[in-house]
Parts: sequence; structure tokens; C-alpha cells
Amino acid sequence: MSGPSKYQPTSAVGKWFHERLPIVAFAKDHALDFPTPKNLNYWYTFGGILAVMLVVQIITGIVLVMHYTPHVDMAFASVEHIMRDVNYGWMLRYLHMNGASMFFIAVYIHMFRGMYYGSYKAPREVLWMIGVIIYLVMMATAFMGYVLPWGQMSFWGAKVITNLFSAIPFVGPEITTWLWGGYSVDNPTLNRFFSLHYLLPFVLAGIVFLHIWALHVVGNNNPTGISVKSDKDTVPFHPYYTLKDGFAIVVFLIFYAAFVFYGPNYMGDAVNYVQANPLATPEHIKPEWYYLPFYAILRSINNKLLGVVAMFSSILILLFLPWLDTSRVRSGKYRPIFKLEFWVFCVVCVALGFVGAQKPNDTLSWIGFLLTLYYFAHFIIFLPLMGLLEQPKRLPNSISEDVLAHSHGKLAAAE
Amino acid sequence: MADTAHDNVNRRDFLMVATGAVAGVGGALVLWPLITQMNPDAAVLAMASIEVDLAPIVEGQEVILKWRGNPVFVRHRTKPEIDAAKAVKLEELKDPIARNENGKDGEAASDENRVVGGKENFLVMMAVCTHLGCVPLGNSGEFAVVQGNAKTGGWFCPCHGSQYDTAGRIRKGPAPENLPVPPYKYLSDTKIQIG
Ligand code: HEM
Ligand code: FES
Repeated sequence: MSGPSKYQPTSAVGKWFHERLPIVAFAKDHALDFPTPKNLNYWYTFGGILAVMLVVQIITGIVLVMHYTPHVDMAFASVEHIMRDVNYGWMLRYLHMNGASMFFIAVYIHMFRGMYYGSYKAPREVLWMIGVIIYLVMMATAFMGYVLPWGQMSFWGAKVITNLFSAIPFVGPEITTWLWGGYSVDNPTLNRFFSLHYLLPFVLAGIVFLHIWALHVVGNNNPTGISVKSDKDTVPFHPYYTLKDGFAIVVFLIFYAAFVFYGPNYMGDAVNYVQANPLATPEHIKPEWYYLPFYAILRSINNKLLGVVAMFSSILILLFLPWLDTSRVRSGKYRPIFKLEFWVFCVVCVALGFVGAQKPNDTLSWIGFLLTLYYFAHFIIFLPLMGLLEQPKRLPNSISEDVLAHSHGKLAAAE
Repeated sequence: MADTAHDNVNRRDFLMVATGAVAGVGGALVLWPLITQMNPDAAVLAMASIEVDLAPIVEGQEVILKWRGNPVFVRHRTKPEIDAAKAVKLEELKDPIARNENGKDGEAASDENRVVGGKENFLVMMAVCTHLGCVPLGNSGEFAVVQGNAKTGGWFCPCHGSQYDTAGRIRKGPAPENLPVPPYKYLSDTKIQIG
């Protein structure tokens, strides 16, 4: 935040402390007074929801570790012990298990929000790229967590995903052996995944801090995509957005609780309640829902190395998004062609997820291949071209003008 | 005056580079143990070889054993399976190399080169799909021998649909290589040692 802090310590103790560590001023400036565009809608509440979910995962995770045993002979039984014997163990585990899914629901909404409103465009490139890194670390964390209960899908998911690295030319097999600590996924693998699964959420917390720092240097984007021009465009974060975010968090937690208490295994795979067996692959292996689109991309290319390269590129390409989109207008609201194409892209992503969930066959591979082509075309062809060819709609002069224009409309309608 | 200042800068530069170099080398030396501790440890490396008695495995039967943490297929092939494998021309193969630890490097993937000592009845190979490591399902896929309405020989990987023929060679799908043949030798006519 720019400008001097509004915090003035009132007590002598407060003043003494402030001169030694101005943490109260820092918190007040960034969590309470921070000037925030006054037109943020509910799509903007998912950042707060994500922060809450990270804390939920860390707390439930730490208590699960108090009862979990990371050893191939005992891991599965210890998770069953959590489910049956530990007081409220079933609830803690279901909170953690479904918490991971909720975390991904929130992050996907958060990311597509950013894509629609052009939140990755200057000056928010670094903010966006830190976000992509958070997403990558989240995926790694959830992947290693899923291995811990040592069910059939834990084991075979781990085997298939670690084997992706064997596609690297020349050193691939050495790298997979190194990752496994043996010749297959086994006890050393489980142990190191446990260690990293405990570590990475705290790394995430650190990166989230950088993300928010970067946000507070450049300020929030908003649904109009136009920059804040005067004090009239903003309101202090507290009480306006603490309340709005708070309300959204409560609604989201109700949605989360509905899964935990009424459909705890709805998003999971029943095969993971069978203990890992290194000698038999389950009939239909597929990853958790949040990885399915990437899994579909991997499968749609009939060549090991190229499939792996396509899969990793489909995520890493997000890092280049700020430079692939050539439009000078940020928000999709004012971009008639982009707006349509954006929804087509969303449908393609969901369709890829659907294809990823099915058993492989020739027709589906073809559909998957076409969808994969579209996925990449969106970034490499459509985004650069649309920015150059499309005629954007007229932008409002300021956030404030836009807000007033809409509220006048509403008042007139109410009369 | 100016001279002394200059001397100081040189001296400081030297110290800077020397310190940096020592720190860099030291850092690299510490990093190596941290990295290589993740490689297979002595206990994993010491994992023993296994002996397999072939006598109880009847024609058309396949057993899956565990060796070094990985599943291994031992299949007693039927005559039609062996004939089908021999009928395949080398040009038709996706991977023309035998991938047999017991043969010479880069040998052609003919049916004889996929077994040891010309004993073609018994096919011994890793049950690890060369795509991403799943265990392929036996007696299935497009390259199995069809007898009536049953399929024998041939493997299909349930993960991403790779298809192997009756000699375990990759024929279709994303897997790049034939199923590898592990090191094994015949201790007697009906006994092998893997590893
Ligand atoms: C970014 C935050 C996190 C995510 C996305 C995440 C994700 C997951 C997932 C998907 C599972 C598998 C659930 C199942 O099927 O049983 C899991 C299990 C587990 N996680 Fe986490 N986790 C996170 C944070 C943590 C933390 C901070 C700890 C410990 C300090 C932890 C400890 C555990 C343990 C012990 C298990 C095994 C028990 C079980 O399977 O329920 N997790 N995690
Ligand atoms: S692991 Fe066998 S086809 Fe992918």
C-alpha cells in the first residue's frame, strides 16, 4: 500500500511496541484499511475462501498425523483405525479428504475468474505467475497426500505419475529410481511422500504470503478491468470486504459440510478402500477429479514422451498467459468475441475432464485429441489473434461511474 | 593515495571471489549427500534373487511373481501363441529391439531372442507396462490368439490401452518399448533363477 500508515498507537505500550516492531500498523494497513475497488462481485471472494481452506487442511492434517503410520504394512490399517477407533477420526479424515476437493473447486473458480476479467494483464503478471506456482505446489501436495492411505488407487496413481519422469530422454529411468528410492513405488517412496506432504502446505503458506504481497503492491483488479483512478473508486477492506468474504466463506463451508456429512466418498474412488497390491492394477485407474483434464491430455497423444510434454505444457503455458493475450482491454465484459470464446474454452476444459474419467478407447482418444488441440489453440492462436482483431466495447470512465450507472438502472426499475 | 585505494579494491575483489568459490564448492559437496540419500539404499540393493519352479505351471498358464518390488510374468505358452509370435515380421514391430537382459544389446526382437537358451515355451518378462508402469492383463487385447471365443496370450494394459503380442512385444498404444526380459538363468530344465 502506498502512503503513510493511518495507524497511530494510542497507549504508551502500543507506541513502545510500534517503534520496535510495527506489526500492528502492517496488519491494519493490509487487512483493514486496504483500499479495495468498490465493485468486486462474489467471484472475488474465492481468494479468501482459498486462504481458509489452506488453514483447514493444515489443521486437519496435523491432527491426522497424530494417528497415522507411514509404513506400507501399516498405513492402510492406520487410516482405517482413524476411521473406526479415533474419536471423531472419521470426521477429521473426511474433512481433510473433501477439503482437498473443495480447495481445488475454489482454485479453479479463482483462476477462471482471473482469466475472464484479465487479472493476469499488466501490472499483475507477477501476481498471476505466483498464482500458477501455488496451483502447481497444490497439485504436488494433493498427489502425495493421496498416496498416504496406501489404497489401490494411491499406489497405482503414484506409480503412473512418477513414471511420467521416465519419459525424460537418457536420464528418465535414473530419475524415477531416485524418486522411488527403489525399483518400484515402495516403503521408501511412501516415507518421502509423507515427509513432503507435511512440508509443502507450509511452503504454500509462504508463497501465498508473496501472492498477497504482490496483490497489495498493484491493488485488486475488478469486474470492469479499469484501474482505480481516485478515492471514490475504492472502499476500505474492512468492514466492506471482510463481511462480503465472510458471508461467502460461510456459504462455501456449508457446501463443504454437505459433502463431508452426506456424501463423503462421492468425489473419491471406491477402489481406494482396497489395500495397495503391487501385483495387480485395478481395472480402471483414474486420478482424482481435479487432475482429469490433464490426464486426458496425457492419454490423447499416442507417444509417451510427447504425451508427457503436452501434459506439463498445458499447465506451464499458464505462466505465459500475460503475454499471449494481446488485448489492451482487461475485462472480458467489454470483449464481445473473447467473451464467447472464453465460455467455449471452459466447456473444452470440462469436456477434457469428462474424457479423462472414461476407460480408454479409440473414439475417446480422438475426441480427447481434438479437445487437446483446442486447449492449446486457445492460448497460442485465439488469444493473440482476438486481442488484435476484436473491437472492444466502450469502457466506462471510472469504476465509480460504472457502479452509479448500474445502481440508477436498478432504482428506476424498482420505481 | 589513489594507488592505495586501488590496491584495496583488488584485494577485496580477490577475497570476495575466493570466499565465494569456497562457499560454492562447500555448498555443492553438502548438496550431494542430500540428493543421493534418496537413491536406493543398501537394503533395497541387497534384495535377493528368486527361484521359480516351472514344473507346476501348465501350458497356457501364467503366474505373477514379485522380484525387486515389481511383478514378473512367467508364462507357459501354447503352441499357437509361439507360432503367432514367430509369424510376425520384424518390420511390423513398434520396437524392433529384443530388450532381453540375457542377450546382446540391441538384438532384434525375434521370438527366440525374447527367451533364454531357445526355450520358447516359457516367456519370462517384467509385468510392468513400458508406458507408465501398470500391470498389463493377460489373455487379452488385439494381439492375443483367438481360439473359439477365448483369447490366449497377448496383453492389454488397462491404464492407457497399450497392446502387447504373444511375445510381450509392444504393438499398439502409447507404450514405447517391449516388456523387458529380466536377467534369469535355467538352474535345471524345470527351474529358473531370476536376478
Ligand atoms: C495444501 C494442503 C493439503 C492438501 C491439498 C492435502 C491433500 C490430501 C489428500 C488428497 C489426502 C488423501 C485423503 C484420502 O484419500 O484419505 C491427504 C491425506 C493426508 N494428509 Fe493431507 N493435504 C494437505 C495438508 C496436509 C497437512 C498440512 C498435513 C500434516 C501436517 C497433512 C497430513 C495428511 C495425512 C496424515 C494424510 C493421510 C490420512 C488420510 O488419508 O486421510 N495434509 N491429504
Ligand atoms: S501404463 Fe500401460 S498403457 Fe499406460
